[in-house]
Amino acid sequence: MPSLTPAERIASMLRIRRFEEQCITLSSHKRFPGHYHVYIGQEATAVAACAPLLAGDVIYTTWRNHGHLLARGADPGRMMAEILGRAHGYCGGRSGTLHLSVAALGIPATSALVGGNLPLAVGTALACKRRGSGMVVNFCGDAALEEGAAYEAMSLASLWQVPVLFLCENNSIPPELRKRGQFTSSTLPAKRLADVPGSLCIPTETADGADAGALGECLSRLAAEVRGGSGPRFVEVRCTRWPGSFPLWPELPCGPWQLDWAFEAKPGREDLAAWNEQSDPLSLYVRGCVAAGTLERGALQAIDARVREEMERAVQFALASPFPDASEAYGPVFAQAGQAR
Amino acid sequence: MKITFAEGLARAIHESLAADSRVMMIGSGIMGLNPAAQKAMEPVLNDFAERISVAPISELGLAGAATGAAIGGLRPLVDLSTGSFIFQAFAQVVNEAANIHYMSGGQTSVPVTFYSLAGMRGGGAAQHSHRAQAMLGQVPGLQILAPGGAEDAYRLMKWALQESANPTVYISHGMLFGESADIDPGAPMLPVGRARVCREGADLTIVASSITVPRALAAAAALDKEHGVSAEVVDLRSIAPLDRQTVLRSVAKTGRALIADECHRSFGVAAEVAASLAEEGLSSLKAPVCRVAVPDVPIPYSAPLEAELTVSAERILAGALRVLGR
Repeated sequence: MPSLTPAERIASMLRIRRFEEQCITLSSHKRFPGHYHVYIGQEATAVAACAPLLAGDVIYTTWRNHGHLLARGADPGRMMAEILGRAHGYCGGRSGTLHLSVAALGIPATSALVGGNLPLAVGTALACKRRGSGMVVNFCGDAALEEGAAYEAMSLASLWQVPVLFLCENNSIPPELRKRGQFTSSTLPAKRLADVPGSLCIPTETADGADAGALGECLSRLAAEVRGGSGPRFVEVRCTRWPGSFPLWPELPCGPWQLDWAFEAKPGREDLAAWNEQSDPLSLYVRGCVAAGTLERGALQAIDARVREEMERAVQFALASPFPDASEAYGPVFAQAGQAR
Repeated sequence: MKITFAEGLARAIHESLAADSRVMMIGSGIMGLNPAAQKAMEPVLNDFAERISVAPISELGLAGAATGAAIGGLRPLVDLSTGSFIFQAFAQVVNEAANIHYMSGGQTSVPVTFYSLAGMRGGGAAQHSHRAQAMLGQVPGLQILAPGGAEDAYRLMKWALQESANPTVYISHGMLFGESADIDPGAPMLPVGRARVCREGADLTIVASSITVPRALAAAAALDKEHGVSAEVVDLRSIAPLDRQTVLRSVAKTGRALIADECHRSFGVAAEVAASLAEEGLSSLKAPVCRVAVPDVPIPYSAPLEAELTVSAERILAGALRVLGR
């Protein structure tokens, strides 16, 4: 099974963070219309979830998909072009940020309906089971468990014993609750999210979204169990909401993330400083690697410079891409016979 | 070979399972509560049990799982049971399956078949009598098949399972199960998207689909016998794609049009056909178009009440006489 070195893990997380920062900047400059959702603060989860996946495996994600796509290997330039509604976007401007998909990478369809992707994931896992190869990871948020679709999908997955990992990123947790050790969703009456799949006889776990190293171990192990044919798994990854996501439109309260925040410097706003100190998987992992002597700050600076340059190039590519011709609006509504896989 | 609608359905499923290992079923209650029709499914259940996934009562989950299975390379037929229950599944049928090909910019195709045993079936009352084809007709990306006889029951199901590249809703009808036809399984199928002129005539066109096809044919026979009227009957076969050209050609010939439709009157299949005639066929019309459809009320339980709302051969005949000014 592929595993990540600390430098690779950091680079993957950093790519997501720098991409999302570019998104926020482009949005604040009114470069694209419509609402969008960034993945800052949850990077460790996407990276850990996608690391053990192989060609032929499938992921289903949501409206908060940028991190998942990047971790699975999507090109940031084509992603950004799609977010800007440009012709060179992965979906030719038909999806935007909400439905970004890259079929060639095993990201065949992205649903922006809460809980809407879980049934799809179970069906694709059924296809994997019948074929005898492949597995599915389904990303959802905590609110997905408030939808009937999620319950029905998990029930089917358990009944059919199909290879799907339900990965629920519980990002509903404000910092003050995290301090008190409370992790329930804001509006689900279940005391623990895992009680819902647990009642359907799906083995469940919980993991800390701020601990990138432990997440890597946990999600690799769960993926191996699912791939081994022992049926579905459910994991709740507890993430503390990044303060930049509290406003209706995401913002960078203190500008882009700084490598120094992993060490002696602090963001200049109290809530962000506290989040950085306790809950940011990137700052905490970077700090841990340096403290353990695994990586030096100079090497980290070089990784960051490379990632920044990559994301700047992605933005340039997207801005240079033309808007699609208006006639593109009319299709493709239907696939031609013979086109279906 | 003479087969019934139910036998045609079962035969198409059996042949498709045998022909393509990607074809599979999620649920198998295709024949509803009809024991004679259920008997036709026995070969499928006996020969392909391992290709049929057990289906709990979870229409939303099942519709989504079938969609996901299609994305994963299978060609599923999912039983969404009684027509009214497709509403439980609407979010997956309408907002996932139908959108995926377009939203992905053509990257992903979804060859899934949703089976809906639709229609006013006698005693189904308000919550078990729906025909959702008109509502589904508002959803770009769905193919909606509405066979009106045994031949299309067989051929359209085979096409959906073996050839279609897109999400398809197959509108079946319990009152059609016993309809029979002589078919030659080796003969080519009239392409999907083409309506069939199933009776030629000169005085007016009756446009029908699903259950209204045999009733329109019965009305046409009575018009001929009792009133000396020559009615042409056009079976739409599919609601999406909708073959407006065949309807327009027929009306250009007859000059009069009646649309017999088991959807509710407002915003129904009949309304769409009438709108097309108004837009593109007005100069052909010698009389206003007539819709014979279900009044805009829920379906009642009691037999005489249900009969009052039913698009019967008698009501089609009466409508035809009105169009003819008699």
